[in-house]
Amino acid sequence: MRAYNHFNALVKKEILLELRQQHSLYGMMLYIASTIFVLYLTIGNAEAEIWNALFWITQLFICINAVAKSFLQEAKGRMLYHYSITSPTTFILAKITSNVLLMFVMNIINLVLYTAFLGDPTSSYFGFMGISLIGALGLSLVFTMLAAIASKAMQQASLMAILGFPIIIPQLMLLVKLSKSAFSEIFRDGAPLQIVMLLVALDISVIFLAIILYPFLWKD
Amino acid sequence: MKLSWWKILSIILLLYAVIGGFLLPVPELSQLGETIRNLYFHVCMWFAMMILFTVSIVHSVKYLKNTNLKHDIKAKSYAQVGTYMGLLGYLTGGIWASFTWADPNNPAYASFGSIMREPKLIGAAMALLIYGAYFILRSSIKDMDQRARVSAVYNIFAYTMLFPSIWIIPRLLPSLHPGQEGNPALNFNDIDSRMRMVFYPAVIGWTLLGAWIASVKIRIDFIIEKNII
Repeated sequence: MRAYNHFNALVKKEILLELRQQHSLYGMMLYIASTIFVLYLTIGNAEAEIWNALFWITQLFICINAVAKSFLQEAKGRMLYHYSITSPTTFILAKITSNVLLMFVMNIINLVLYTAFLGDPTSSYFGFMGISLIGALGLSLVFTMLAAIASKAMQQASLMAILGFPIIIPQLMLLVKLSKSAFSEIFRDGAPLQIVMLLVALDISVIFLAIILYPFLWKD
Repeated sequence: MKLSWWKILSIILLLYAVIGGFLLPVPELSQLGETIRNLYFHVCMWFAMMILFTVSIVHSVKYLKNTNLKHDIKAKSYAQVGTYMGLLGYLTGGIWASFTWADPNNPAYASFGSIMREPKLIGAAMALLIYGAYFILRSSIKDMDQRARVSAVYNIFAYTMLFPSIWIIPRLLPSLHPGQEGNPALNFNDIDSRMRMVFYPAVIGWTLLGAWIASVKIRIDFIIEKNII
């Protein structure tokens, strides 16, 4: 019960921070808008395949930027304070939850702007939105853990990309494949469901690894 | 100079693998020809790499358990030698692919783009990129204890994420690489019994050689850091 209260308080604190420190939230939105605007000017109307690939690449970079700061903005003193009042498991779970929520919001903004500028080649828009949310979940889980690792090192932002890209490749490949089902590509019966199950299994294993490994990162 | 038994075994097995690998009879397949002998070198590199990475993980787990810096040095050295073996695996694979996969009408490097899409190559590239990131991560943390702890965490995290991927990716992409289902050359239908006589000893020999190189690196590091550990 106590852990649950801590968890709630920490998630609430993260959300409040996002809303009050407006430079970070609006900064993220501006990042999305300018990325998509650059894409719009450089490629114009894209075919479905390129549209799909570029969407996931923008999603990846948005995730890195959105999630990276969750650990980077924590001052040393504040981490010490968290250390004295709560357990590492509660802390990492709260971080994961708030990052997933943040990434969901960013994902919707990204998708709306993306279709506004680059057109909508999908045959089922809400199907694609669901798939992108599954993707946002997986990306934010992996990168939360990597942000926790990278926050201990120098040059954190670029390090996160180096650490994360090789690990995220299979998930991205699964997601690109899965999102083709929203482009009226024919799949074997049950194949999309199978991919969703695989992604969920990967997400669960990331959460378990985070719970097991974060306590070691936590103590300084 | 007195060598322990496994080092002598490694020398004997590798001599056997090289001499036997070039001289013993192999099945005649029209497409592969004599390049089939590369199996004794190319596949063994990947086996050695995976075994060495696994040893590295075991030492990372041990480090997190008892925070003894010796385990950190061991984890690092095994990962280094594993990466080296992986690079050699790419090199031998590249030679092989240039005879079998590359488009004969163009120079071999022109086929690079289409060959690199092979699931087995993607898996291998992921493994090497992960360990490249591991070394960068190590070098970007100054404090020794923190470096050991953080890199051990990344090592475990990345390795456990790598394994499902090696299993997933081949099911997403078409492949020319032998051994589509499971491990190449371990399957009994894949490999001729004459070749198995050389192949298994060669795997053991190359792995022991990797462990030997790692043990020398570990000893050097122990001497360098003898004031701390």
